[in-house]
Formats: sequence, structure tokens, C-alpha cells
Amino acid sequence: MKGKSLVSISDFSKEEILEIVKLAADFEANPSQSLLKGKVVSSLFFEPSTRTRLSFETAINRLSGSVVGFTDSSSSSTTKGETLKDTIKMVSNYSDLIVMRHPLEGSARYAAEQSDVPVINAGDGANQHPTQTLLDIYSIYKTQGTLEDLNIFLVGDLKYGRTVHSLLMAMSMFNPIFNFIAPEELKIPDEYKLFLDSKGIRYFEHSEFTDIISEADILYMTRVQRERFSDPIEYEKVKNVYVLRNSMLDNTKDNLRILHPLPRVNEIHTDVDDNPKAYYFTQAQNGVYTRMAIMAAILGLK
Amino acid sequence: MSKRKLKVSAIKNGTVIDHIPANYLFKVISILGLDKIPNQITFGNNLESHKLIHKAIIKVSDKFFEDKEINKIALIAPAAKLNIIRDYEVVEKKVVNVLEEVIGIVKCFNPMCITNNEQITTKFTVVSKKEIALKCHYCEKITSEEHLTII
Repeated sequence: MKGKSLVSISDFSKEEILEIVKLAADFEANPSQSLLKGKVVSSLFFEPSTRTRLSFETAINRLSGSVVGFTDSSSSSTTKGETLKDTIKMVSNYSDLIVMRHPLEGSARYAAEQSDVPVINAGDGANQHPTQTLLDIYSIYKTQGTLEDLNIFLVGDLKYGRTVHSLLMAMSMFNPIFNFIAPEELKIPDEYKLFLDSKGIRYFEHSEFTDIISEADILYMTRVQRERFSDPIEYEKVKNVYVLRNSMLDNTKDNLRILHPLPRVNEIHTDVDDNPKAYYFTQAQNGVYTRMAIMAAILGLK
Repeated sequence: MSKRKLKVSAIKNGTVIDHIPANYLFKVISILGLDKIPNQITFGNNLESHKLIHKAIIKVSDKFFEDKEINKIALIAPAAKLNIIRDYEVVEKKVVNVLEEVIGIVKCFNPMCITNNEQITTKFTVVSKKEIALKCHYCEKITSEEHLTII
């Protein structure tokens, strides 16, 4: 992985994903390792994303690295009309690694091509967010002890949710069963079903969020966003249908864990938060270890 | 009775590109860079055709295309036929094939793609040739035949 950019989850092989999981566990066991001492990481956030940025910057600080950069494009030279290419060319002369968040899709691939140092994509529009996927995978591994043969339920916006699509692609390497629960308007796109068919992976589609979750090992919840609906009445109809409540967890498996990329709105009722099966806050914490692992691997320090 | 007459006069040596859809004549010229070469070029547009309602034809003197070069037009002129001419005789006939990769010809359909917002040469992999479907190298979105725009 040394010197390699991470733009899309498909840039990493199964072996590389497993290596990141293993490294993340190492960092969790021993979080203060000065591997990035003397290194400079550029953190370029062309749009604000507090959660992702703080997670990366915490990971860099824990590894004793230095951070330079900006937190939204209004404080960068983009406002003076500088192209992404020029910004990347300049920044890659200053730093050992670039972490970039950008609203335009494909910007991370382009940045990686222009940069002399590796680029980690921290989200390029609706396209990819591979570090989120890797932290999801680490969370699944940590809670289940394996990535193989799991029954994964994905709930909510399966049409536009990039975390869902990337997770589906990555977990497909580990012989899962998928269950998709979504309203008609937000069903999983055909291209992903074709992909699963081609790999011989079993999946089931449901429109009702009911006691079928008793089969689940992982329940991955996502936000159903109002702006995704052309008809506001349709949104009103479904907004309270895909809500997880504590009472729904009574007959679920002991090993079930509930994941959510956060931020949540109302799709997980707060009465779930105290249930030991609720895992979303720990999941966010896992993000720091996963990002430490990714940076250390890409810089060839581990 | 008047004699049947060629609407575009014959060439001694070179390549005839026939069966180009009439609306794409100038795109083909541009994709092949024919507007930038010193060779003699004659062309006809909106000619009657058996295969197309209106076709265009281009005759380029002293030019013989590499397959890689000519296949660039397959996206917009899949029915194009090439006649290679030597000393006024057709010595070879060729058809065009869609490439595996399309570079700098097609616009990405996704308005949020970086290639539509900054000066970048577009790049696609061809994921389907029958019904043209191109996957953007940058934003990873599919541009299908109905949304295909030639730059």
C-alpha cells in the first residue's frame, strides 16, 4: 500500500482491507505511536465536514504528525479562482500526504493524478468516501470477530447513500447475505443488484421494516433525507416508517450490532442508545484508529 | 439521360470514410483532426443513402488511418465504412470498432463531475458496447447512449 492513494474502496484488495483492519486493531490497543513525527499532512476541506475532519486530525495528532490546511474553501485560494490542479500541485510540494474533501465527484481521482504524494479521499461529493467504508468494516470485524458469512441489513436511503454502496461493494468480498429495506423511491439501484448477481451473492429486498431483522448480524441504518423526494407527501409517508425503536430489538440476535454513519436525525430513536446492541458512537471512535492505520500503511510506516 | 455521377470526386490515393450520419460530419472531422492536416480533403453531406436517411462521406488524400485512430469515431458513426484507395482502386475495406477506453471525445453526463468544472481531458471505460455505456474514470458515473454528448 506504500505510496498508494486511496480514492475509491475498489482501490484496495481484500488482503489490503484485512491489513487495514489488523493495523486498526493494533492502533486501538496502542494508540500513541509517534510514527508521523516530522511528517506534514495536508488536510484540504473544500467543504466543511466537522466529523470527518476532526477524526483525521485526531488520528494525525495521535501519531505525532503535523497538520496544515483549511476547513472550508472560503479560507483557501479557491475563492481567488485557483484551480484544484494548482492547489494540489502546490500543496503536494509542502506535505507528505494529502487528505482531501471536495464537493465535486471525481475530484479525488484527479487530485491523486496531479499530486506527487498520496491522496486520501475524505469524500468527493456523492461519489466515494472510502475511509468511512474501512471504519465500517473495522467495526463489523470488531463486533462479529469475522467478516465472512454475515447477514447484513441495510436500511433507509439505499439509492443515494454512498456509504451503503461502498460498503456493499467491499463486503461482497466476504460472502455475505444482504437484506435491503427501503421505500420504493430509495431502493437499491439495479447496477448494484447486477453486481451482486454477477458475484453470486444472495440478497433480499423489503419495503417493510419489521421483525425480519431477527436474522441480522449487522443492522446498518441510514438517514432518509427530505430533499431526496420530489413529492413531499411521499416523504411524510415514509419518514416515520424506517425508524428503529428499542422495542424492535427484543427478538434480535445477541451478536447484532447497529451501525450508522452519523449524523442521525430520527431514524434511530434515542431509546436505542442505551441498548448494548447500539454501536454507532463506538463506530465513530473506530474511525480514528482506522484512519491511523490507513495513513501509516500508505506512508509505509507500518 | 445523364450519366450517374459521383457527388464527391474520386481520389487517387487515400481513405474514403463512408456512411457517416449526416449530423456528425463535422464532429468526425474534428475527432480525426482533419481540420488540422494539410492533405486534400473533399466531403459531401446530406447525401441520400440506403443505410442512413442522410449520410456524409469524407475523402482524404494520402492519408491512411491507424485502427486506433479511426476507431475513435465508432461512438458517433458506428456504421462507418472505410475504403482504402491506391491508384483509384479500392484495395481494402474496413469497419470501425468501439474502443475499450474513450479519451477526450465525450462529455461526462454528471454535472457534478470534476471534468465539467475544471479543464480536464475526460476519460471513460466502455462498460457496454451494444448499448453504449461509458463509465467516467473520475466520478465513476455511467454516461449512456441517450445522454452521450460529443465535446
